[in-house]
Amino acid sequence: MLELGKYADAILSSWAITLGLLIALILVTWRRSVQVKQQLDAAEERAKRND
Amino acid sequence: MIALLVRDLRLAMRAGGGFGLGLAFFLIVSTLVPFGVGPEAAILSRIAPGILWVGALLACLLSLDRIFQLDFEDGSLDLLATAPIPMEGIVGVKALAHWLVTGLPLTLAAPVLGTLMNLESPGHFWIFITLLIGTPALSMIGAFGAALTVGLKRGGLLLSLLVLPLYIPTLIFGAEAATRGTAGLSASTPLLMMAGITAGSIALLPFAAAAALRVNLR
Amino acid sequence: MSLWEFANPVKFMALSGKVLPWVIGLCAITLIPGMIWGFFFTPEATNFGNSVKIIYIHVPSAMMAINIWVMMLVTSLIWIVRRHHVSVRAAKAAALIGVTMTVIALITGAIWGQPMWGTYWAWDPRLTSFLILFLFYLGYMALWAAIDNPDTAADLTSVLCIVGSVFAVLSRYAVNFWNQGLHQGASLSLDKEEHVSNVYFQPLLLCIAGFILLFLALVLIRTRTELRLVRLHRLDVRERMKDA
Repeated sequence: MLELGKYADAILSSWAITLGLLIALILVTWRRSVQVKQQLDAAEERAKRND
Repeated sequence: MIALLVRDLRLAMRAGGGFGLGLAFFLIVSTLVPFGVGPEAAILSRIAPGILWVGALLACLLSLDRIFQLDFEDGSLDLLATAPIPMEGIVGVKALAHWLVTGLPLTLAAPVLGTLMNLESPGHFWIFITLLIGTPALSMIGAFGAALTVGLKRGGLLLSLLVLPLYIPTLIFGAEAATRGTAGLSASTPLLMMAGITAGSIALLPFAAAAALRVNLR
Repeated sequence: MSLWEFANPVKFMALSGKVLPWVIGLCAITLIPGMIWGFFFTPEATNFGNSVKIIYIHVPSAMMAINIWVMMLVTSLIWIVRRHHVSVRAAKAAALIGVTMTVIALITGAIWGQPMWGTYWAWDPRLTSFLILFLFYLGYMALWAAIDNPDTAADLTSVLCIVGSVFAVLSRYAVNFWNQGLHQGASLSLDKEEHVSNVYFQPLLLCIAGFILLFLALVLIRTRTELRLVRLHRLDVRERMKDA
């Protein structure tokens, strides 16, 4: 394991927070994109049937 | 345009609330601060210019949503838009009216409230002069924020979120000039910078505000 | 064939759909190795000790935080001048990424500041400017969220973004004037004198490239989502018109 010395807390916490935030951002973006795509597909389907 | 200014002033006077409310709020903030930080004269006189500036800024913020909201709701803003004055002129007049009913009274009251906060003797003059130059910018920036949020039902809180960051440069230079002047240092640099912001806001922001109003009236 | 062709939402959707997997792939092969390199395989610095490892996330996120705002300014201007939907949706899509980058830069900076300067927060010009930038992002996003009509929202937020940019620059100078700071100057200038040594610079460059690609990938996905939402809104309105 890597020797981080006296700065271990600072390094680990900042990396953990950064990775956490980035992953949260990616997940939010991805989930929203899937949701909206499904909604739009459903709406297009309805629009086609109504025409 | 003068007729519009007179009308706005008369409405503000008659409604009463907007006119006195800002001043009363300013008085209350200046009274509350000593309760919060303690009554030591030395501390109070040191922070007085900053507190007075922040207080004036918040008091200014209180009445911003009234600039366009009432006229928007009863439809007179639509009439004004079709009137033969440019929208930019309307925005300018509205901001001027707002300044006359809030900015100017605040400026006049600030030296008096400064006495409450043990402001040193040249400080009264400096807080007066910085507010006199700075508050027009606050009214103009506020009019821009009000134009952005005029169509919204609960625009008040959003308005503060939008406008307060825009107030930062004015606040920094204004409070800095007042602090330096009170301490007997040369305050001309921040004073000139603040005057520049005021002049720039008055020259350019009416166009942005008018654009926002046109979008909201569409 | 000009760049403006892609302002057409349909063309944009087609192209971005094709490009997206490549961007994601490139992002993965720069960001992940860059981070691993920076975290595991870099030596200690003389003045900073091991805490220098924070640089691989602090500097890229800080750069992105500012550059994303600039990108939003440019796309907002394009919307005001040429009224291309893709442009303003991209600005909206970028805002959340920008605010995340600002938060990362602020938090990692604060954590790094504690061992280096002995304090988490100082009212230093750079730190203060980032806090102000954060407030501007919040205001921009709040205005988007508050307005129902997509076109009105696009116009108003674009105006806000342009005016806000002017005031953000003014704030930067005001804050500089107000308090001289602790923060070191730019560590990545093209001027060789001030350059950090290559051992740290190479993984840092890789991380910066990774962050840029990550932003590109996310902004493409989010812009596509936004465009779909616009389409959804149109279909919704049409459906209601038919019912009425």
